[in-house]
Amino acid sequence: MPVVTYISADGAINEVEVASGNSVMQGAVDNMIDGIVAECGGSCSCATCHCYVDDAWKDKVPAASEMEKDMLECVLEPQEGSRLSCQINMTDDLDGLVVRLPESQF
Amino acid sequence: MHFIFSGSVNSKEVLNHIMTDTCCIIIGASHAGGQLAVSLRQSGWEGRILAIGSEPYLPYNRPPLSKTFLSGEKHIEDLLIRPEDQYEKVGIEFLLGQEVSEINRKAKKVTLTHGEVIAYDKLALTTGASVRKLNLPGSDLRGVLYLRDISDVEQIQQFIGARKKAVIIGGGYIGLETAAMLKKLDLDVTIFEASDRILNRVTAPDVSAFFTRVHSEEGVTIKTGVNVTGFGGEDRVSEVQCADGTVFPADLVVIGIGVIPNTALAEAAGLEVRNGINVNEHCLTNDEDIAAAGDCTNFYQPHYEREIRLESVQNAMDQAKVAAAALCGNLNQYNALPWFWSDQFDLKLQIAGLSEYFDEVVLRGNPAEGRKFSAFYFRDGRMIAVDAVNSPQEFMLGKQIISKQLEVDRNRLSDPAVAMKELMVSL
Ligand SMILES: Cc1cc2nc3c(=O)[nH]c(=O)nc-3n(C[C@H](O)[C@H](O)[C@H](O)COP(=O)(O)OP(=O)(O)OC[C@H]3O[C@@H](n4cnc5c(N)ncnc54)[C@H](O)[C@@H]3O)c2cc1C
Ligand code: FES
Repeated sequence: MPVVTYISADGAINEVEVASGNSVMQGAVDNMIDGIVAECGGSCSCATCHCYVDDAWKDKVPAASEMEKDMLECVLEPQEGSRLSCQINMTDDLDGLVVRLPESQF
Repeated sequence: MHFIFSGSVNSKEVLNHIMTDTCCIIIGASHAGGQLAVSLRQSGWEGRILAIGSEPYLPYNRPPLSKTFLSGEKHIEDLLIRPEDQYEKVGIEFLLGQEVSEINRKAKKVTLTHGEVIAYDKLALTTGASVRKLNLPGSDLRGVLYLRDISDVEQIQQFIGARKKAVIIGGGYIGLETAAMLKKLDLDVTIFEASDRILNRVTAPDVSAFFTRVHSEEGVTIKTGVNVTGFGGEDRVSEVQCADGTVFPADLVVIGIGVIPNTALAEAAGLEVRNGINVNEHCLTNDEDIAAAGDCTNFYQPHYEREIRLESVQNAMDQAKVAAAALCGNLNQYNALPWFWSDQFDLKLQIAGLSEYFDEVVLRGNPAEGRKFSAFYFRDGRMIAVDAVNSPQEFMLGKQIISKQLEVDRNRLSDPAVAMKELMVSL
Protein backbone atom coordinates (compact mmCIF):
# COMPACT_ATOMS: atom_id res chain seq x y z
CA MET A 1 0.00 0.00 0.00
CA PRO A 2 1.36 3.49 -0.78
CA VAL A 3 2.62 5.46 2.21
CA VAL A 4 1.92 9.13 2.93
CA THR A 5 3.91 11.20 5.39
CA TYR A 6 1.93 13.89 7.18
CA ILE A 7 3.96 16.58 8.92
CA SER A 8 1.88 18.54 11.41
CA ALA A 9 2.42 22.25 12.06
CA ASP A 10 4.12 21.37 15.36
CA GLY A 11 6.57 19.10 13.56
CA ALA A 12 4.96 15.77 14.48
CA ILE A 13 5.46 13.20 11.73
CA ASN A 14 2.92 10.49 10.88
CA GLU A 15 3.75 7.93 8.24
CA VAL A 16 0.67 5.97 7.28
CA GLU A 17 -0.46 3.58 4.58
CA VAL A 18 -3.27 4.94 2.42
CA ALA A 19 -4.91 2.51 0.02
CA SER A 20 -4.82 3.37 -3.68
CA GLY A 21 -8.04 5.16 -4.57
CA ASN A 22 -8.42 6.69 -1.11
CA SER A 23 -7.78 10.39 -0.74
CA VAL A 24 -4.96 11.96 1.21
CA MET A 25 -7.70 13.51 3.39
CA GLN A 26 -9.19 10.08 4.18
CA GLY A 27 -5.76 8.80 5.19
CA ALA A 28 -5.45 11.60 7.75
CA VAL A 29 -9.00 11.17 9.09
CA ASP A 30 -8.66 7.39 9.32
CA ASN A 31 -5.53 7.77 11.38
CA MET A 32 -6.93 10.55 13.52
CA ILE A 33 -4.30 13.02 12.42
CA ASP A 34 -5.48 16.29 13.90
CA GLY A 35 -4.53 18.92 11.32
CA ILE A 36 -7.15 17.81 8.77
CA VAL A 37 -10.78 18.59 9.71
CA ALA A 38 -12.62 17.59 6.52
CA GLU A 39 -16.07 18.82 7.47
CA CYS A 40 -17.65 18.03 4.12
CA GLY A 41 -16.29 14.50 3.98
CA GLY A 42 -14.43 15.10 0.74
CA SER A 43 -16.96 16.81 -1.50
CA CYS A 44 -14.74 19.85 -2.19
CA SER A 45 -17.13 22.12 -0.28
CA CYS A 46 -15.37 23.16 2.92
CA ALA A 47 -11.62 23.67 2.39
CA THR A 48 -10.96 22.35 5.92
CA CYS A 49 -8.67 19.67 4.48
CA HIS A 50 -6.01 22.10 3.26
CA CYS A 51 -2.45 20.79 3.08
CA TYR A 52 0.87 21.75 1.51
CA VAL A 53 2.28 19.22 -0.90
CA ASP A 54 6.03 18.94 -0.47
CA ASP A 55 8.09 20.60 -3.24
CA ALA A 56 9.42 17.28 -4.50
CA TRP A 57 5.86 16.03 -5.10
CA LYS A 58 4.12 19.16 -6.39
CA ASP A 59 4.38 18.22 -10.02
CA LYS A 60 3.56 14.56 -9.52
CA VAL A 61 0.07 15.05 -8.07
CA PRO A 62 -2.69 15.65 -10.66
CA ALA A 63 -3.63 19.32 -11.12
CA ALA A 64 -6.42 20.98 -9.14
CA SER A 65 -9.84 21.66 -10.67
CA GLU A 66 -11.04 25.26 -11.12
CA MET A 67 -13.33 24.86 -8.11
CA GLU A 68 -10.45 23.68 -5.94
CA LYS A 69 -8.17 26.46 -7.19
CA ASP A 70 -10.78 29.06 -6.32
CA MET A 71 -11.14 27.69 -2.80
CA LEU A 72 -7.38 27.49 -2.32
CA GLU A 73 -7.03 31.19 -3.03
CA CYS A 74 -9.10 31.89 0.06
CA VAL A 75 -7.64 29.51 2.63
CA LEU A 76 -5.55 30.80 5.51
CA GLU A 77 -1.88 31.09 4.53
CA PRO A 78 -1.99 29.74 0.97
CA GLN A 79 1.36 28.65 -0.44
CA GLU A 80 2.60 27.30 -3.72
CA GLY A 81 2.05 23.68 -2.73
CA SER A 82 -1.46 24.31 -1.31
CA ARG A 83 -4.01 21.61 -2.12
CA LEU A 84 -7.27 20.29 -0.75
CA SER A 85 -6.23 16.87 0.45
CA CYS A 86 -9.64 15.33 -0.36
CA GLN A 87 -8.99 16.05 -4.02
CA ILE A 88 -5.74 14.05 -4.18
CA ASN A 89 -6.41 10.36 -4.67
CA MET A 90 -3.61 7.98 -3.86
CA THR A 91 -2.02 5.84 -6.56
CA ASP A 92 1.05 3.64 -6.45
CA ASP A 93 2.93 6.44 -8.22
CA LEU A 94 2.35 8.66 -5.21
CA ASP A 95 3.94 6.17 -2.79
CA GLY A 96 6.11 8.24 -0.43
CA LEU A 97 4.10 11.45 -0.83
CA VAL A 98 4.92 14.09 1.80
CA VAL A 99 2.36 16.71 2.84
CA ARG A 100 2.61 19.37 5.53
CA LEU A 101 -0.43 20.45 7.49
CA PRO A 102 -1.31 24.07 8.25
CA GLU A 103 -1.53 25.39 11.79
CA SER A 104 -5.26 25.97 11.45
CA GLN A 105 -8.01 25.10 8.97
CA PHE A 106 -10.20 28.09 9.86
CA MET B 1 -17.43 -6.86 3.66
CA HIS B 2 -19.53 -6.77 6.77
CA PHE B 3 -20.49 -3.80 8.87
CA ILE B 4 -22.99 -5.37 11.12
CA PHE B 5 -21.95 -5.69 14.71
CA SER B 6 -23.82 -6.85 17.66
CA GLY B 7 -22.03 -7.41 20.87
CA SER B 8 -18.96 -5.42 21.70
CA VAL B 9 -15.54 -5.42 20.16
CA ASN B 10 -13.14 -6.68 22.77
CA SER B 11 -9.84 -6.98 21.01
CA LYS B 12 -6.52 -6.61 22.78
CA GLU B 13 -6.07 -3.25 21.13
CA VAL B 14 -9.24 -1.96 22.73
CA LEU B 15 -8.14 -3.12 26.14
CA ASN B 16 -4.75 -1.46 25.71
CA HIS B 17 -6.37 1.95 25.79
CA ILE B 18 -8.47 1.44 28.84
CA MET B 19 -6.49 2.59 31.83
CA THR B 20 -9.31 3.29 34.26
CA ASP B 21 -12.59 1.53 34.94
CA THR B 22 -14.68 4.55 34.03
CA CYS B 23 -17.06 4.33 31.10
CA CYS B 24 -18.47 6.93 28.72
CA ILE B 25 -21.55 5.81 26.83
CA ILE B 26 -22.51 7.55 23.60
CA ILE B 27 -26.10 7.10 22.41
CA GLY B 28 -26.30 7.42 18.62
CA ALA B 29 -23.41 6.43 16.33
CA SER B 30 -23.50 8.81 13.39
CA HIS B 31 -21.68 12.07 12.55
CA ALA B 32 -21.84 13.48 16.07
CA GLY B 33 -21.47 10.19 17.98
CA GLY B 34 -18.51 8.93 15.94
CA GLN B 35 -16.65 12.22 16.19
CA LEU B 36 -17.41 12.46 19.91
CA ALA B 37 -15.89 9.02 20.50
CA VAL B 38 -12.69 9.90 18.65
CA SER B 39 -12.46 13.32 20.31
CA LEU B 40 -12.88 11.77 23.75
CA ARG B 41 -9.68 9.79 23.21
CA GLN B 42 -7.94 12.84 21.77
CA SER B 43 -9.06 14.87 24.81
CA GLY B 44 -7.48 12.31 27.15
CA TRP B 45 -10.41 10.12 28.22
CA GLU B 46 -8.73 7.00 29.62
CA GLY B 47 -11.77 4.86 30.37
CA ARG B 48 -14.01 2.74 28.23
CA ILE B 49 -15.81 4.39 25.29
CA LEU B 50 -18.95 2.62 24.13
CA ALA B 51 -21.05 3.99 21.29
CA ILE B 52 -24.52 2.48 20.95
CA GLY B 53 -26.34 2.98 17.66
CA SER B 54 -29.66 1.72 16.38
CA GLU B 55 -28.50 1.54 12.78
CA PRO B 56 -26.44 -1.57 11.94
CA TYR B 57 -23.56 0.50 10.53
CA LEU B 58 -20.45 2.22 11.82
CA PRO B 59 -20.74 6.04 11.55
CA TYR B 60 -21.18 6.95 7.89
CA ASN B 61 -21.47 10.13 5.86
CA ARG B 62 -25.15 10.95 5.48
CA PRO B 63 -24.93 13.75 2.85
CA PRO B 64 -24.07 11.37 -0.04
CA LEU B 65 -27.33 9.48 0.60
CA SER B 66 -29.25 11.97 -1.53
CA LYS B 67 -26.28 12.52 -3.82
CA THR B 68 -23.73 9.94 -5.00
CA PHE B 69 -25.05 7.00 -2.94
CA LEU B 70 -28.57 7.32 -4.34
CA SER B 71 -27.13 7.33 -7.86
CA GLY B 72 -25.21 4.14 -7.13
CA GLU B 73 -21.86 5.86 -7.69
CA LYS B 74 -20.84 5.27 -4.07
CA HIS B 75 -21.28 2.10 -2.06
CA ILE B 76 -21.72 1.50 1.64
CA GLU B 77 -18.00 0.99 2.23
CA ASP B 78 -17.32 4.37 0.62
CA LEU B 79 -19.67 6.07 3.05
CA LEU B 80 -17.97 5.05 6.29
CA ILE B 81 -16.35 8.03 8.00
CA ARG B 82 -13.57 5.81 9.37
CA PRO B 83 -12.84 2.11 8.89
CA GLU B 84 -13.48 -0.38 11.70
CA ASP B 85 -9.84 -1.06 12.57
CA GLN B 86 -9.12 2.60 13.24
CA TYR B 87 -11.69 2.68 16.04
CA GLU B 88 -10.23 -0.50 17.47
CA LYS B 89 -6.79 1.03 17.41
CA VAL B 90 -7.84 3.77 19.81
CA GLY B 91 -10.10 1.57 21.88
CA ILE B 92 -13.58 2.62 20.82
CA GLU B 93 -16.29 -0.03 21.11
CA PHE B 94 -19.55 -0.10 19.18
CA LEU B 95 -22.82 -1.76 19.97
CA LEU B 96 -24.70 -1.49 16.68
CA GLY B 97 -28.24 -2.38 15.74
CA GLN B 98 -29.16 -1.76 19.38
CA GLU B 99 -31.34 0.94 20.86
CA VAL B 100 -31.25 2.60 24.25
CA SER B 101 -34.75 2.70 25.73
CA GLU B 102 -34.11 4.44 29.03
CA ILE B 103 -31.63 6.59 30.90
CA ASN B 104 -31.57 6.37 34.69
CA ARG B 105 -29.65 9.46 35.80
CA LYS B 106 -29.75 8.63 39.50
CA ALA B 107 -28.26 5.17 39.07
CA LYS B 108 -26.17 6.38 36.07
CA LYS B 109 -27.29 3.50 33.91
CA VAL B 110 -28.83 3.05 30.49
CA THR B 111 -31.18 0.24 29.49
CA LEU B 112 -31.24 -1.26 26.00
CA THR B 113 -34.50 -2.29 24.35
CA HIS B 114 -33.69 -5.96 24.82
CA GLY B 115 -33.17 -5.42 28.55
CA GLU B 116 -29.41 -5.15 29.03
CA VAL B 117 -28.38 -2.51 31.58
CA ILE B 118 -25.02 -0.71 31.29
CA ALA B 119 -23.53 1.73 33.81
CA TYR B 120 -21.88 4.99 32.78
CA ASP B 121 -19.78 7.66 34.40
CA LYS B 122 -20.32 10.12 31.58
CA LEU B 123 -23.01 10.03 28.93
CA ALA B 124 -23.34 11.70 25.53
CA LEU B 125 -26.57 12.05 23.59
CA THR B 126 -26.07 12.16 19.83
CA THR B 127 -29.45 10.81 18.87
CA GLY B 128 -29.90 13.07 15.84
CA ALA B 129 -33.24 13.54 14.17
CA SER B 130 -35.91 11.45 12.45
CA VAL B 131 -37.97 12.32 9.43
CA ARG B 132 -41.27 14.11 9.90
CA LYS B 133 -43.92 11.65 8.72
CA LEU B 134 -46.82 12.53 6.49
CA ASN B 135 -49.77 10.61 7.85
CA LEU B 136 -52.33 10.64 5.06
CA PRO B 137 -54.61 7.99 3.61
CA GLY B 138 -52.35 5.60 1.69
CA SER B 139 -49.13 6.74 3.43
CA ASP B 140 -48.29 3.14 4.22
CA LEU B 141 -48.46 1.94 0.60
CA ARG B 142 -45.27 0.42 -0.76
CA GLY B 143 -43.26 3.01 -2.63
CA VAL B 144 -44.18 5.91 -0.34
CA LEU B 145 -40.77 6.53 1.17
CA TYR B 146 -38.51 8.92 3.09
CA LEU B 147 -34.79 9.62 2.90
CA ARG B 148 -32.75 9.69 6.10
CA ASP B 149 -30.60 6.58 6.27
CA ILE B 150 -29.01 3.81 4.22
CA SER B 151 -32.06 1.54 4.50
CA ASP B 152 -34.29 4.31 3.09
CA VAL B 153 -32.08 4.63 0.03
CA GLU B 154 -32.01 0.86 -0.44
CA GLN B 155 -35.80 0.92 -0.50
CA ILE B 156 -35.94 3.84 -2.93
CA GLN B 157 -33.54 1.99 -5.23
CA GLN B 158 -36.06 -0.85 -5.56
CA PHE B 159 -38.51 1.53 -7.22
CA ILE B 160 -36.06 3.22 -9.55
CA GLY B 161 -36.12 2.60 -13.29
CA ALA B 162 -35.96 4.58 -16.52
CA ARG B 163 -39.14 6.53 -17.33
CA LYS B 164 -40.71 5.65 -13.95
CA LYS B 165 -42.67 8.48 -12.39
CA ALA B 166 -41.24 9.88 -9.17
CA VAL B 167 -43.02 12.46 -7.04
CA ILE B 168 -40.99 14.31 -4.44
CA ILE B 169 -43.01 15.93 -1.69
CA GLY B 170 -41.25 18.95 -0.22
CA GLY B 171 -38.98 21.42 -2.00
CA GLY B 172 -36.19 21.66 0.56
CA TYR B 173 -32.53 20.81 -0.05
CA ILE B 174 -32.96 17.08 0.36
CA GLY B 175 -36.03 17.05 -1.91
CA LEU B 176 -34.18 19.02 -4.57
CA GLU B 177 -31.07 16.84 -4.38
CA THR B 178 -33.18 13.70 -4.61
CA ALA B 179 -35.04 15.14 -7.61
CA ALA B 180 -31.76 15.97 -9.34
CA MET B 181 -30.38 12.46 -8.80
CA LEU B 182 -33.57 10.67 -9.87
CA LYS B 183 -33.66 12.84 -12.99
CA LYS B 184 -30.08 11.84 -13.73
CA LEU B 185 -31.22 8.21 -13.39
CA ASP B 186 -33.76 8.96 -16.13
CA LEU B 187 -36.97 9.01 -14.09
CA ASP B 188 -39.78 11.50 -14.73
CA VAL B 189 -39.54 13.72 -11.68
CA THR B 190 -42.08 16.14 -10.21
CA ILE B 191 -41.65 18.11 -7.00
CA PHE B 192 -44.76 19.07 -5.02
CA GLU B 193 -44.24 22.00 -2.68
CA ALA B 194 -47.02 23.22 -0.38
CA SER B 195 -45.90 26.85 -0.15
CA ASP B 196 -45.63 29.28 -3.04
CA ARG B 197 -41.92 28.61 -3.71
CA ILE B 198 -39.28 25.97 -3.11
CA LEU B 199 -36.63 26.60 -0.40
CA ASN B 200 -39.18 28.96 1.09
CA ARG B 201 -37.93 28.76 4.65
CA VAL B 202 -34.24 29.07 3.89
CA THR B 203 -33.56 31.42 0.98
CA ALA B 204 -34.55 34.70 -0.67
CA PRO B 205 -37.10 34.60 -3.54
CA ASP B 206 -34.35 35.22 -6.15
CA VAL B 207 -32.52 32.10 -5.00
CA SER B 208 -35.71 30.01 -5.06
CA ALA B 209 -36.37 31.29 -8.60
CA PHE B 210 -32.87 30.29 -9.64
CA PHE B 211 -33.25 26.71 -8.41
CA THR B 212 -36.71 26.51 -9.98
CA ARG B 213 -35.26 27.60 -13.32
CA VAL B 214 -32.33 25.19 -13.26
CA HIS B 215 -34.52 22.26 -12.27
CA SER B 216 -36.94 22.98 -15.09
CA GLU B 217 -34.06 23.37 -17.57
CA GLU B 218 -32.95 19.91 -16.47
CA GLY B 219 -36.43 18.51 -16.99
CA VAL B 220 -37.75 18.38 -13.42
CA THR B 221 -41.31 19.69 -12.99
CA ILE B 222 -41.93 21.82 -9.91
CA LYS B 223 -45.49 22.43 -8.72
CA THR B 224 -45.90 24.92 -5.88
CA GLY B 225 -48.96 25.61 -3.74
CA VAL B 226 -49.93 21.93 -3.93
CA ASN B 227 -51.59 20.28 -0.97
CA VAL B 228 -51.25 16.52 -1.04
CA THR B 229 -54.20 14.77 0.59
CA GLY B 230 -53.43 11.10 0.05
CA PHE B 231 -51.98 8.29 -2.01
CA GLY B 232 -53.77 5.65 -4.03
CA GLY B 233 -52.77 2.23 -5.32
CA GLU B 234 -53.39 -1.49 -4.93
CA ASP B 235 -50.39 -3.06 -3.18
CA ARG B 236 -48.06 -0.23 -4.12
CA VAL B 237 -48.49 3.46 -4.76
CA SER B 238 -49.79 4.43 -8.19
CA GLU B 239 -51.11 7.94 -7.65
CA VAL B 240 -50.82 11.07 -5.52
CA GLN B 241 -54.08 12.84 -4.69
CA CYS B 242 -54.21 16.60 -4.22
CA ALA B 243 -56.62 18.94 -2.41
CA ASP B 244 -57.88 20.52 -5.66
CA GLY B 245 -59.05 17.09 -6.84
CA THR B 246 -56.23 16.43 -9.25
CA VAL B 247 -54.68 13.00 -9.26
CA PHE B 248 -51.10 12.52 -10.31
CA PRO B 249 -49.62 9.17 -11.45
CA ALA B 250 -46.62 7.98 -9.44
CA ASP B 251 -44.46 4.84 -9.22
CA LEU B 252 -42.41 6.24 -6.36
CA VAL B 253 -43.01 8.97 -3.78
CA VAL B 254 -40.20 10.42 -1.67
CA ILE B 255 -41.30 12.63 1.19
CA GLY B 256 -38.87 15.27 2.44
CA ILE B 257 -40.75 17.61 4.72
CA GLY B 258 -38.19 18.06 7.45
CA VAL B 259 -37.04 16.27 10.56
CA ILE B 260 -37.89 16.11 14.24
CA PRO B 261 -35.10 15.94 16.85
CA ASN B 262 -34.89 12.66 18.79
CA THR B 263 -35.42 13.99 22.30
CA ALA B 264 -37.76 11.42 23.88
CA LEU B 265 -35.01 9.67 25.87
CA ALA B 266 -33.70 12.97 27.23
CA GLU B 267 -37.17 14.22 28.06
CA ALA B 268 -38.08 11.04 29.92
CA ALA B 269 -34.84 11.37 31.88
CA GLY B 270 -35.86 14.86 32.96
CA LEU B 271 -33.30 16.77 30.91
CA GLU B 272 -34.20 20.22 29.64
CA VAL B 273 -35.69 20.01 26.15
CA ARG B 274 -36.90 22.92 24.02
CA ASN B 275 -37.08 22.06 20.29
CA GLY B 276 -34.00 19.91 20.97
CA ILE B 277 -31.97 18.86 23.99
CA ASN B 278 -30.80 22.07 25.59
CA VAL B 279 -27.03 22.42 25.91
CA ASN B 280 -24.84 25.25 27.15
CA GLU B 281 -21.81 26.74 25.37
CA HIS B 282 -19.76 23.68 26.39
CA CYS B 283 -22.39 21.32 24.91
CA LEU B 284 -23.37 20.04 28.35
CA THR B 285 -26.99 19.48 29.35
CA ASN B 286 -28.43 20.53 32.69
CA ASP B 287 -26.86 17.33 34.07
CA GLU B 288 -23.11 18.00 34.04
CA ASP B 289 -22.31 14.32 33.44
CA ILE B 290 -24.36 14.35 30.25
CA ALA B 291 -23.36 16.11 27.04
CA ALA B 292 -25.28 16.29 23.78
CA ALA B 293 -24.25 17.16 20.22
CA GLY B 294 -25.61 17.33 16.68
CA ASP B 295 -29.10 17.50 15.19
CA CYS B 296 -30.72 16.64 18.55
CA THR B 297 -29.52 19.78 20.35
CA ASN B 298 -30.94 23.23 20.90
CA PHE B 299 -28.48 25.93 21.94
CA TYR B 300 -27.85 29.63 22.20
CA GLN B 301 -25.89 30.81 19.16
CA PRO B 302 -23.86 33.85 20.28
CA HIS B 303 -23.32 35.26 16.79
CA TYR B 304 -27.04 35.36 16.03
CA GLU B 305 -28.04 35.96 19.65
CA ARG B 306 -30.81 33.39 19.72
CA GLU B 307 -31.51 29.74 20.44
CA ILE B 308 -31.26 27.53 17.40
CA ARG B 309 -31.22 23.91 16.34
CA LEU B 310 -29.13 23.04 13.31
CA GLU B 311 -29.15 20.13 10.90
CA SER B 312 -25.67 20.05 9.47
CA VAL B 313 -22.52 17.99 9.49
CA GLN B 314 -20.48 21.03 10.53
CA ASN B 315 -22.58 21.46 13.65
CA ALA B 316 -22.53 17.75 14.50
CA MET B 317 -18.74 17.54 14.21
CA ASP B 318 -17.90 20.82 15.92
CA GLN B 319 -20.31 20.29 18.80
CA ALA B 320 -19.02 16.74 19.26
CA LYS B 321 -15.48 18.03 19.75
CA VAL B 322 -16.56 20.62 22.32
CA ALA B 323 -18.79 18.06 24.10
CA ALA B 324 -15.98 15.48 24.31
CA ALA B 325 -13.60 18.03 25.77
CA ALA B 326 -16.21 19.09 28.32
CA LEU B 327 -16.76 15.48 29.44
CA CYS B 328 -12.99 15.33 30.05
CA GLY B 329 -13.13 18.53 32.09
CA ASN B 330 -11.86 20.97 29.44
CA LEU B 331 -14.43 23.69 28.96
CA ASN B 332 -14.18 25.10 25.42
CA GLN B 333 -16.78 27.40 23.86
CA TYR B 334 -18.88 26.32 20.90
CA ASN B 335 -19.30 29.37 18.68
CA ALA B 336 -18.56 28.16 15.14
CA LEU B 337 -20.37 29.87 12.29
CA PRO B 338 -22.95 27.50 10.77
CA TRP B 339 -22.35 26.41 7.20
CA PHE B 340 -23.92 23.92 4.81
CA TRP B 341 -23.65 22.69 1.25
CA SER B 342 -25.88 21.11 -1.36
CA ASP B 343 -25.02 19.51 -4.72
CA GLN B 344 -27.63 19.46 -7.49
CA PHE B 345 -26.84 18.75 -11.16
CA ASP B 346 -23.73 20.83 -11.91
CA LEU B 347 -24.50 23.25 -9.08
CA LYS B 348 -22.47 23.43 -5.93
CA LEU B 349 -24.32 25.53 -3.40
CA GLN B 350 -22.34 26.60 -0.34
CA ILE B 351 -24.09 28.46 2.43
CA ALA B 352 -22.46 30.28 5.33
CA GLY B 353 -24.41 31.78 8.22
CA LEU B 354 -28.15 31.87 8.85
CA SER B 355 -30.22 34.06 6.54
CA GLU B 356 -33.42 34.06 8.59
CA TYR B 357 -34.62 37.57 9.59
CA PHE B 358 -32.65 39.29 6.80
CA ASP B 359 -33.83 42.74 5.74
CA GLU B 360 -31.76 43.17 2.58
CA VAL B 361 -30.26 40.94 -0.10
CA VAL B 362 -27.31 41.91 -2.29
CA LEU B 363 -26.91 39.82 -5.43
CA ARG B 364 -23.56 39.30 -7.08
CA GLY B 365 -24.04 37.90 -10.58
CA ASN B 366 -27.42 37.31 -12.16
CA PRO B 367 -29.54 34.43 -10.86
CA ALA B 368 -31.89 34.82 -13.84
CA GLU B 369 -29.29 33.46 -16.25
CA GLY B 370 -26.34 31.11 -16.15
CA ARG B 371 -25.39 28.95 -13.21
CA LYS B 372 -23.12 31.07 -11.06
CA PHE B 373 -24.10 33.81 -8.62
CA SER B 374 -24.22 34.63 -4.93
CA ALA B 375 -26.79 36.16 -2.63
CA PHE B 376 -25.52 38.00 0.45
CA TYR B 377 -28.03 38.52 3.24
CA PHE B 378 -27.89 41.56 5.52
CA ARG B 379 -29.64 42.61 8.68
CA ASP B 380 -29.26 46.12 10.09
CA GLY B 381 -26.40 46.69 7.65
CA ARG B 382 -24.47 43.62 8.83
CA MET B 383 -23.86 40.60 6.61
CA ILE B 384 -25.49 37.55 8.22
CA ALA B 385 -25.38 34.88 5.50
CA VAL B 386 -24.35 34.01 1.95
CA ASP B 387 -25.74 31.54 -0.56
CA ALA B 388 -22.96 30.94 -3.10
CA VAL B 389 -23.70 28.94 -6.26
CA ASN B 390 -20.58 27.70 -8.05
CA SER B 391 -18.80 30.60 -6.34
CA PRO B 392 -16.40 29.17 -3.76
CA GLN B 393 -14.58 32.44 -3.19
CA GLU B 394 -17.79 34.24 -2.34
CA PHE B 395 -18.53 31.47 0.14
CA MET B 396 -15.06 31.38 1.71
CA LEU B 397 -14.65 35.13 2.02
CA GLY B 398 -18.31 35.69 2.91
CA LYS B 399 -17.80 33.28 5.80
CA GLN B 400 -14.92 35.42 7.04
CA ILE B 401 -16.85 38.67 6.65
CA ILE B 402 -19.78 37.23 8.61
CA SER B 403 -17.82 35.65 11.42
CA LYS B 404 -15.55 38.66 11.91
CA GLN B 405 -18.51 41.05 11.45
CA LEU B 406 -16.62 43.10 8.85
CA GLU B 407 -18.22 46.04 7.07
CA VAL B 408 -18.52 45.75 3.29
CA ASP B 409 -19.26 48.24 0.55
CA ARG B 410 -22.47 46.77 -0.85
CA ASN B 411 -22.09 48.51 -4.23
CA ARG B 412 -18.72 46.95 -4.84
CA LEU B 413 -19.92 43.62 -3.50
CA SER B 414 -22.68 43.55 -6.10
CA ASP B 415 -20.20 44.13 -8.93
CA PRO B 416 -18.71 40.80 -10.06
CA ALA B 417 -15.94 42.77 -11.81
CA VAL B 418 -14.56 43.66 -8.38
CA ALA B 419 -12.74 40.57 -7.13
CA MET B 420 -13.80 39.30 -3.71
CA LYS B 421 -10.19 39.43 -2.62
CA GLU B 422 -10.02 43.13 -3.50
CA LEU B 423 -13.07 43.76 -1.36
CA MET B 424 -11.33 42.13 1.55
CA VAL B 425 -8.15 44.17 1.07
CA SER B 426 -10.09 47.41 1.12
CA LEU B 427 -11.92 46.52 4.29
C1 LIG C 1 -30.20 12.83 2.68
C2 LIG C 1 -29.48 13.79 3.54
C3 LIG C 1 -28.58 14.71 2.97
C4 LIG C 1 -27.89 15.61 3.77
N1 LIG C 1 -27.02 16.49 3.19
C5 LIG C 1 -26.29 17.32 3.97
C6 LIG C 1 -25.31 18.19 3.40
O1 LIG C 1 -25.10 18.24 2.20
N2 LIG C 1 -24.59 18.99 4.24
C7 LIG C 1 -24.76 18.97 5.60
O2 LIG C 1 -24.07 19.69 6.32
N3 LIG C 1 -25.70 18.17 6.16
C8 LIG C 1 -26.47 17.35 5.38
N4 LIG C 1 -27.41 16.53 5.95
C9 LIG C 1 -27.64 16.63 7.40
C10 LIG C 1 -26.65 15.80 8.18
O3 LIG C 1 -26.58 14.51 7.64
C11 LIG C 1 -27.07 15.77 9.63
O4 LIG C 1 -27.00 17.08 10.14
C12 LIG C 1 -26.15 14.85 10.45
O5 LIG C 1 -26.32 13.52 10.05
C13 LIG C 1 -26.41 14.99 11.94
O6 LIG C 1 -25.64 14.06 12.64
P1 LIG C 1 -26.08 13.51 14.08
O7 LIG C 1 -25.02 12.55 14.46
O8 LIG C 1 -26.37 14.66 14.96
O9 LIG C 1 -27.48 12.79 13.88
P2 LIG C 1 -27.94 11.58 12.94
O10 LIG C 1 -27.08 11.54 11.72
O11 LIG C 1 -29.40 11.74 12.79
O12 LIG C 1 -27.61 10.29 13.80
C14 LIG C 1 -28.24 9.94 14.97
C15 LIG C 1 -28.07 8.46 15.16
O13 LIG C 1 -28.53 8.10 16.45
C16 LIG C 1 -29.27 6.90 16.38
N5 LIG C 1 -30.16 6.84 17.55
C17 LIG C 1 -31.20 7.67 17.84
N6 LIG C 1 -31.78 7.31 19.01
C18 LIG C 1 -31.11 6.23 19.46
C19 LIG C 1 -31.25 5.39 20.61
N7 LIG C 1 -32.19 5.60 21.52
N8 LIG C 1 -30.39 4.35 20.77
C20 LIG C 1 -29.41 4.11 19.85
N9 LIG C 1 -29.24 4.88 18.75
C21 LIG C 1 -30.08 5.92 18.55
C22 LIG C 1 -29.98 7.00 15.04
O14 LIG C 1 -30.37 5.74 14.57
C23 LIG C 1 -28.89 7.62 14.18
O15 LIG C 1 -28.07 6.64 13.60
C24 LIG C 1 -28.12 15.61 5.17
C25 LIG C 1 -29.02 14.71 5.74
C26 LIG C 1 -29.70 13.80 4.94
C27 LIG C 1 -30.65 12.84 5.57
S1 FES D 1 -12.97 17.66 2.94
FE1 FES D 1 -14.13 19.40 2.50
S2 FES D 1 -13.06 20.30 0.85
FE2 FES D 1 -11.86 18.56 1.34
